[in-house]
Amino acid sequence: MVRFERVVKRFGDLEVLRGLDFEVRRGERVTLIGPSGSGKTTILRLLMTLERVTSGTIEVDGECLSHVRRRGRLVPADERHLRRIRRKIGMVFQQFNLFANMNVLRNLTEAPVRALGLPREQAEARARELLEMVGLADKALEHPSRLSGGQQQRVAIARALAMEPEVLLLDEVTSALDPELVAGVLDLLRDIARSGDLTVLCVTHEMRFARDVSHRVLMFDHGRIIEDGPPEQIFSDPAHPRTRAFLQAVLDA
Amino acid sequence: MGWDWRWTLQILPELLTRGLLVTVQATLGGAVLAFALGLLLALLRRSRRPFLSRPAGAAVEFVRSTPLLVQLFVLYYVLPGFGVTMSALATGIIGLGVHYAAYTSEVYRAGIDGVPRGQWEAAVALDLPRHRTWTDVVLPQAVRRTLPALGNYLVAIFKESPQLSVITVVDVVGLARELGAERFRYLEPLTVAGLFFLLVSVPASILVRRLERRLGS
Repeated sequence: MVRFERVVKRFGDLEVLRGLDFEVRRGERVTLIGPSGSGKTTILRLLMTLERVTSGTIEVDGECLSHVRRRGRLVPADERHLRRIRRKIGMVFQQFNLFANMNVLRNLTEAPVRALGLPREQAEARARELLEMVGLADKALEHPSRLSGGQQQRVAIARALAMEPEVLLLDEVTSALDPELVAGVLDLLRDIARSGDLTVLCVTHEMRFARDVSHRVLMFDHGRIIEDGPPEQIFSDPAHPRTRAFLQAVLDA
Repeated sequence: MGWDWRWTLQILPELLTRGLLVTVQATLGGAVLAFALGLLLALLRRSRRPFLSRPAGAAVEFVRSTPLLVQLFVLYYVLPGFGVTMSALATGIIGLGVHYAAYTSEVYRAGIDGVPRGQWEAAVALDLPRHRTWTDVVLPQAVRRTLPALGNYLVAIFKESPQLSVITVVDVVGLARELGAERFRYLEPLTVAGLFFLLVSVPASILVRRLERRLGS
């Protein structure tokens, strides 16, 4: 479903990803772990087309993300191509990023109406179902700023799902939350992850959550994957000393 | 030289109707133009296409670096030489509008820059078309931030509108001068005209400050 091939990403002199290769199959749930600055978030941002690769290729569902073949030559993708691929991907951000000028319901219907062209009534019915699912049916007409961080993040999750993505990117979705609100959001995500056939790429420091939901864990260090395996193995018997040190540091905290 | 109440009452109606009408027209016309053109300039300056952003930037710098008075003279006395003729009031409205558009474009720019990056990124992640991102997400938030500053410019345009009298527009101040010239007595008409500006500007400024506080929270 998602494939990275020799992906390099530089910000100025800083090489964040150094020739990254990995693949995520359809329906697979993969957690990216590793120290801050190791390039995990950059991977999600590249997939969401919020950043462009420096070199290498990213494929989504068999199609190249950054380039299109035209008259036998590879040329940089135009907005139309990006939008077609982007449609398959949804993202939930650390800072929620709910649209500040819209109420909760409008946050959930804006993109389905404007980007997918759904009739408003249909989008609203779907939005209300999703709000019900995330436990915020009574907040449909509230303004995001009046909700707690945990509630905002649950709205953001519903908003991403309203676009019915095939791949869901979760970028440290609980890092900005007060500790007592984290569990509610993680429980919700656990249910969503297990109930559907969504492909999930998740960057998190919540190791128990990673262990519960993922099929595979990738350990990053300095822009490379240094370990790749099922959570049982990575968490109980890591092969790489860096992984062991990292997990010790995180679990002790 | 005492204050002549009878004459004051005699000229008051004319000042408040004919003069005021022109001042209001010049102010509102100039402001609407300044607000609309300023937004257009701000958007053009942000364009990724240099052939749009460069000229827009140059125009803003040019207008900001020359006095309104000179701009008015050029519009009124020079343009007709090139076949462009308009009424004095229309010329004045365009002059005020273009001049203040250069300033409001900076206000809009700051407002747009103030919209958090996350809002743009969420729009990309949700695959919103680019024009929808502008009209539905960014501009509503940006304009809300700019309202107090735009309010201040509205007051500024109002107070600068008597400058149009140099191109023969007869606003409240121009009319006061004409009335004064009839009797060689300027105390009453100019005082009334000045009070009129004071009576509008002070409450307007208070309103703007209140708006600022409300939107700030």
